[in-house]
Amino acid sequence: MKPENEAALAEMIRSANGPLTITGGGTRGMTGDGETLETGALSGISLYEPGALTIVAGAGTPLAEVHDALAAENQRLAFEPMDHRPLLGTTGAPTLGGVIAANVSGPRRIQGGAARDYALGVRFVDGAGNIVKNGGRVMKNVTGYDLVKLMCGACGTLGVLSEVALKVLPVPETSGTLVLQGLSDADAVDVMSLAMGSPYEITGAVHGAKVHGDETVTALRIEGFEQSVAYRMGRLKELFADRGAEIALLPAETSDALWERARDAGPLSNVAGDVWRVSCKPSDAPGLVARAGAQSHYFDWAGGLIWMRMAAGTDLRENLGRFDGHATLVRAGAGTRAALGAFHPEAAGVARLSAGLRARFDPRGILNPGLMGPVTAREVV
Amino acid sequence: MEMPIPDPAVLARKSRVQERLSAVLPADAVISDEAETRAYECDALTAYKCPPMLVVLPASTGEVSDVLRICHEEGVPVVPRGSGTSLAGGALPTADCVILGVARMNDVLETDYANRIIRVQTGRTNLSVTGAVEENGFFYAPDPSSQLACAIAGNIAMNSGGAHCLKYGVTTNNLMGVTMVAMTGEVIEIGGAHMDSGGLDLLGLVCGSEGQLGVVTEATLRILPKPEGARPVLMGFDDNEVAGACVSDIIKAGVLPVAIEFMDRPCIEATEAFAHAGYPMCEALLIVEVEGSEAEIDHQLSLIMEIARRHNPVELRESKSADESARIWLGRKSAFGAMGQINDYMCLDGTIPVSSLPFVLKRIGEMSDEFGLKVGNVFHAGDGNMHPLILFDANKPGDLELCEAFGAEILKLCVEAGGCLTGEHGVGIEKRDLMTYQYEPADLEAQMAVKDVFDPQWLLNPAKVFPLSVSDARRGVTPVAAE
Ligand SMILES: Cc1cc2nc3c(=O)[nH]c(=O)nc-3n(C[C@H](O)[C@H](O)[C@H](O)COP(=O)(O)OP(=O)(O)OC[C@H]3O[C@@H](n4cnc5c(N)ncnc54)[C@H](O)[C@@H]3O)c2cc1C
Ligand SMILES: Cc1cc2nc3c(=O)[nH]c(=O)nc-3n(C[C@H](O)[C@H](O)[C@H](O)COP(=O)(O)OP(=O)(O)OC[C@H]3O[C@@H](n4cnc5c(N)ncnc54)[C@H](O)[C@@H]3O)c2cc1C
Repeated sequence: MKPENEAALAEMIRSANGPLTITGGGTRGMTGDGETLETGALSGISLYEPGALTIVAGAGTPLAEVHDALAAENQRLAFEPMDHRPLLGTTGAPTLGGVIAANVSGPRRIQGGAARDYALGVRFVDGAGNIVKNGGRVMKNVTGYDLVKLMCGACGTLGVLSEVALKVLPVPETSGTLVLQGLSDADAVDVMSLAMGSPYEITGAVHGAKVHGDETVTALRIEGFEQSVAYRMGRLKELFADRGAEIALLPAETSDALWERARDAGPLSNVAGDVWRVSCKPSDAPGLVARAGAQSHYFDWAGGLIWMRMAAGTDLRENLGRFDGHATLVRAGAGTRAALGAFHPEAAGVARLSAGLRARFDPRGILNPGLMGPVTAREVV
Repeated sequence: MEMPIPDPAVLARKSRVQERLSAVLPADAVISDEAETRAYECDALTAYKCPPMLVVLPASTGEVSDVLRICHEEGVPVVPRGSGTSLAGGALPTADCVILGVARMNDVLETDYANRIIRVQTGRTNLSVTGAVEENGFFYAPDPSSQLACAIAGNIAMNSGGAHCLKYGVTTNNLMGVTMVAMTGEVIEIGGAHMDSGGLDLLGLVCGSEGQLGVVTEATLRILPKPEGARPVLMGFDDNEVAGACVSDIIKAGVLPVAIEFMDRPCIEATEAFAHAGYPMCEALLIVEVEGSEAEIDHQLSLIMEIARRHNPVELRESKSADESARIWLGRKSAFGAMGQINDYMCLDGTIPVSSLPFVLKRIGEMSDEFGLKVGNVFHAGDGNMHPLILFDANKPGDLELCEAFGAEILKLCVEAGGCLTGEHGVGIEKRDLMTYQYEPADLEAQMAVKDVFDPQWLLNPAKVFPLSVSDARRGVTPVAAE
């Protein structure tokens, strides 16, 4: 199914008589067992006001089209969504709706926020076929409940997005990266925490092997006006001069590739094994890695995000035990996926609220059933 | 303003409810004395007042849980309250409700500089969160003008923001986790010190839900390192439209100021007469503030001034010192007080796309003539959050009603221009009945479905946010009293 417009989308969902697999570009590479509902025809930028930092587009709009339109005005999506294709070996063109539905956010998350922080408004069709709008296209809006945030990260289980309004930001004049060689995980988290606690506005902090060359590096990104970037890089270099690590300063031209690689889980691509994504308190990261038994790993978000490669079929969650955060299975064979589930089990109270919301927004349980929670016994008409 | 008729069955249970609450709370934490409950009869929207049935002031999550469990069992509506500074009537009681105030819960539970978080009880005031971390060079970014008084509880419920949210975002962008007590008394942890939510973003939903989904007792907040410095520039224009264009051009140029504030002529005149900040007399005045190192501030201000010069400003004043900065901000900070000196006023809070600024200001001017009430405009121009202040005379019969009618027209205008009914103050009771201008029935139904899940009996702050006629069936009410 490929609805041509929102009304057709609503009609298709209303008259569906079985589960639907919602697909944007399909780069997530997971297909459910339902009929495929493609959003590709809900495409096109309907409004772009560079002076108001806002863009509105159909959910099926290819991300590349959004990037190009923004680039022409020297603006960008500041949440830096990752491209999953290198990691997952998928093809297809990532869509705006897919990125928002999965709340995909890259290295700049630590300073600028997640995709959900840039989503100003959505239009979607719920599981009963109702067309719903929430939010708008202005920066500040507290009119009623914030269903925009709820839709970000719901991975299509509460409704199918038809349109998204986003806040965008100007591309800074330049950027630069400070690279420290050979720190241990613990020292690296310490360095990244200190950097994040400094007034120098770090917009990326990653650590690990193969993020940049083969060696283990800790990289800190700074963006802004030319002289300011140079000044802040200098200050940070002084700050970390006593760490016993060799420090290099990379200009924008050489560091962009590093950030793209970190964003797209490059260090774990093209190597066998399951890939997990662990969201945690940065200072817990070294301890979690020690418990995980991973084949390889690296840190993003100053330690707040750990990418890990595990032997196929290993239950990372069991190795980690209880911690403040969650572990998501991003790449694995179908058997492992089915056995472990992509999403971290939720505490009882939260799970009940989530299930309650699903039952309300998708009373027949037809939208991506089983993707985020257990398949419920709700009857499919 | 319509409020639901107090439920006689609930009123009849007052003494039993009071006894049960007294059994789980310290003696001084249950207030039933009429003189004392009167202190809670309204929030900062003082036009509407109603003393509650009872007031409770628990001191811990456990006590909040006990209170809610009892009220749930007794079917008593509960209105959560932080500091009572809501301008939308969000904390307005009904005669049959228990006010649950979190003012006694104001401890700092944890400061963690390595992970850049602070965990507090939600009765803590906004400014005192920064107070707890500033010696270590950190601050809590959302800065509502009421920050000295308002509590994190109310900030979360209203998703409050302030002048610096252009750069730092509002509460929802700085909130990482909460401990929330559901109406049943169940304690639920949402989010925490980690950065993204694992499943559905319940935190995003709770933030801005105006005390209707649960009582928030603890919060994990993101703290940020203080910038090296900050300085403003003041610019005056003889045309609103030109000032609006200047705002867009600054934003487009890739400079990201922390604040862009706008004042129109009526507001400038009132402010000058009151605070003598030395502002130029002109149609529109902008204050643009940037942050960073000294050199970076100089660079950004020079870019901003260059853009401003292209728009023929009547005045361009760059701050060179802390003293000059204070003078530039003085007028803006006294604007509300200044308007209050002239007259009573009603402060609106609507949002518009920045591009519609000139049109909306022009229409407000025309409508001001039509209604015969003066309006001053002062607002956060960077993000289109307007605060038209409508002047009226509270002692003149009919003036308040006229003012309300005018206010409603302005908010509808904001929606027509592509904006929304409220940017930071919330819906409460004030804008409840305008919700149908921004949202279709299906949109409201989807929002109410969320409340159904969190609070199936609609006992938490039930008469707010949604037009009463729309929520009647859910609240189990048939008749509605007109007052
Ligand atoms: C927790 C999490 C787990 C992830 N797991 C994987 C993974 O295992 N494999 C992988 O390749 N990528 C995964 N991703 C990445 C992410 O899904 C993609 O990068 C991004 O969504 C690409 O867009 P797309 O259009 O190709 O999306 P798709 O792959 O088509 O869809 C992504 C998700 O969004 C939903 N969706 C798409 N369009 C809409 C719409 N219009 N309305 C509502 N829902 C919609 C889909 O049902 C799906 O759940 C994950 C992301 C997150 C946050
Ligand atoms: C002079 C002045 C200036 C202001 N400036 C700004 C501004 O710049 N920006 C801005 O955003 N707002 C501003 N406000 C509005 C107000 O200060 C904010 O809405 C503030 O967040 C309210 O906080 P409070 O603690 O006083 O909440 P209250 O008024 O006590 O309650 C507000 C809402 O929160 C709910 N609530 C309270 N406690 C809890 C809890 N524990 N759990 C769940 N819900 C709860 C209440 O039920 C109510 O719906 C201003 C107000 C004044 C009087």
